[in-house]
Amino acid sequence: MTKTLSKDEALFQFLLRLGDNTLVLGHRVSEWCGHSPVLEEDIALANTALDMIGQTQFWLGLAGEVEGKGKTADNLAFLRDVWDFRNLLLVEQPNGDFGQTMMRQFLFDAWHSIMLGRLLKSSDQRVADIAEKASKEVAYHLERSADTVVGLGDGTEESHAKMQAALDLLWPYVGEMFVGDEVDAEMVKADIAPDPASLRDEYDALVGRILADATLTVPDSKFAHKGGKTGTRHSEHLGHILTQMQWLQRAYPGATW
Amino acid sequence: MKNEWPLWEVFIRGQHGMSHRHVGSLHAPDAEMAIKNARDVYTRRNEGVSIWVVEAAHIAASSPGDKGPLYEPSNSKVYRHPTFFDIPEDVGAM
Repeated sequence: MTKTLSKDEALFQFLLRLGDNTLVLGHRVSEWCGHSPVLEEDIALANTALDMIGQTQFWLGLAGEVEGKGKTADNLAFLRDVWDFRNLLLVEQPNGDFGQTMMRQFLFDAWHSIMLGRLLKSSDQRVADIAEKASKEVAYHLERSADTVVGLGDGTEESHAKMQAALDLLWPYVGEMFVGDEVDAEMVKADIAPDPASLRDEYDALVGRILADATLTVPDSKFAHKGGKTGTRHSEHLGHILTQMQWLQRAYPGATW
Repeated sequence: MKNEWPLWEVFIRGQHGMSHRHVGSLHAPDAEMAIKNARDVYTRRNEGVSIWVVEAAHIAASSPGDKGPLYEPSNSKVYRHPTFFDIPEDVGAM
């Protein structure tokens, strides 16, 4: 791409990425509501989903403000189509079984907690403030998903096999978190956010430690599916999510409470 | 059921200075997860500052059938209750 981005254009894209991650994963996790294996997990997953939707309101709210076209968080969440979404491919992947959902959550939470930790020092106070609020929730999400990954990975033969299968399936979606582009370069230049690649060592150490506790083997491959955070190549799953999530606005445009 | 997680009783301290109160029970594979589940099930709306959990099987309980010998003798001894004192408002929760 030869087009140069202004700082605000890049910040807008960066905020969409953060907000779309929590929006899409929040929606995915909410699909468990009423279907979890036990009541306690059902409530915990619903709480996690709600936390993420709450974070979405902040990120997309700020995105709308930065864009300066009068859009609210709701406008951005419900009136964009697939190609405008900027979430990681990982978060749009299907829930699968409970173990697969918790593995996806753990792989995301680990990155999310490290990212928010860096954003606490953002030169943009609005970004730092949202990161501070979200990081407390995410610290808990990570504790919970990591415990569950260890419990199931180091559990029965069946649960171990399912968790290893989930890890093998989802690992190719991890690499995208650490791939930078011109948006990230602009954020680094403005001291707003870190270079994504700079999170990798901390991520590998954290994830490696938990997966070792879980007696799981990290796949020996750096292959990474890409195209979610740039919006150039979402998987087919995102379209299906949006038909559900945006159904009301599509059927009744402009409907309000 | 053999594969069922054990039952845990949950106690929450609503605010500093108050004692923990029994709020309900839940299932969890171990104590740590029981505290996490309690956090999600019972403190979502800022209800507490501290959580205790104890496996229900470890609670020794009195038998309802013994209520005669256990409690009735005190019914007629009102002088055991400090209800004749006015407690100043400033004392706060007791």
